[in-house]
Amino acid sequence: MPVQVKLPTILRKHAGGEQKVTADGATLRDVLGDLEKRYPGITKNVVSEDGGLHRFINVYLNDEDVRYLGSLETEVGEGDTVSILPAVAGG
Amino acid sequence: MSDRKFTEDEVQRYARHIILPNVGGAGQRKLLDSSALIIGAGGLGSPIAMYLAAAGVGRIGIVDFDAVDVSNLQRQILHTNADVGRSKVDSALEHLRAINPTIEVVGHDTLLFSTNVFEVMEPYDVIIDGTDNFPVRYLVNDATQFLGKPLVYGSIYQFEGQATVFMPGQETPCYRCLFPTPPPPGTVPSCAEGGVFGVLPGVIGSIQATEAIKLLTGEGETLEGRLLLYDALDMSFQEVKIRWDADCPVCGKEPTITELIDYEQFCGVPARPQ
Repeated sequence: MPVQVKLPTILRKHAGGEQKVTADGATLRDVLGDLEKRYPGITKNVVSEDGGLHRFINVYLNDEDVRYLGSLETEVGEGDTVSILPAVAGG
Repeated sequence: MSDRKFTEDEVQRYARHIILPNVGGAGQRKLLDSSALIIGAGGLGSPIAMYLAAAGVGRIGIVDFDAVDVSNLQRQILHTNADVGRSKVDSALEHLRAINPTIEVVGHDTLLFSTNVFEVMEPYDVIIDGTDNFPVRYLVNDATQFLGKPLVYGSIYQFEGQATVFMPGQETPCYRCLFPTPPPPGTVPSCAEGGVFGVLPGVIGSIQATEAIKLLTGEGETLEGRLLLYDALDMSFQEVKIRWDADCPVCGKEPTITELIDYEQFCGVPARPQ
């Protein structure tokens, strides 16, 4: 199922500068997998080597942190928006 | 409530607040009797300090250790060309006094460490984070949680900004709940490396000033529990929820961090000379 993925500035370079892209999947893991297929390298700092979510980048399904849903197994559906949000420290 | 009498100057200076519903004379008195500490007199700290001074927050503390550089002037509107080379705290105090000579402004020309952060923060009602690095952000978070003070958080990168309010106390989220660990060094460039859109800190800093004034007057609904995200490129705002993390090492059910630590090692950056 296609969902919209909002990319933070630091990941846009992987997607030709796009701020929003589309990816397919029934779960967040599938969506991120599809995203990686479309834009190689884009999920390197989102998904850790052991297949979990990194703790310095948050992923939201609509307005909810997926850590409080089902993490990577969170089900997604049409019309959902996945937002990737890194910690930033600038001031 | 304070029975402070306004001076003639104050009645005129704060007239638009005093006639404003939700502030009024009572709210203005609260501001005049309150204090705020701004950490960093840079991009975020500039509009925060200027608006709080103009609004009549009675005592404003400014923490910075740096000197004004010409490359700061593209966004750090508290400083002027004539201030290049001067300490940011000196420059900030002079300009804030020019905006409002009737309030007290206090400079803290220092880096913040676990050894001095309590002492610096203690005399202030609200702490506002406008720093530019992860170690100080984590330190400021822990210190405000331990001291039981509200923290107005803002952070920027290139064209994007984030803002929220972290309250102390049980079952309310802190910065460590939002971002349990900092990114590994090298994954997020600093403003010096990545650039920053000059107006961006004006937007986020103004939101922080708004939240600080609401906390000090007790009016309105703050961003507590909500992270406000701003994207200047497509001019969009978004909100996401911030949940309290029961496993948070600082504010969770069984905290493992119960006293201040310096975060350089945790953040993978070299320790700063004390």
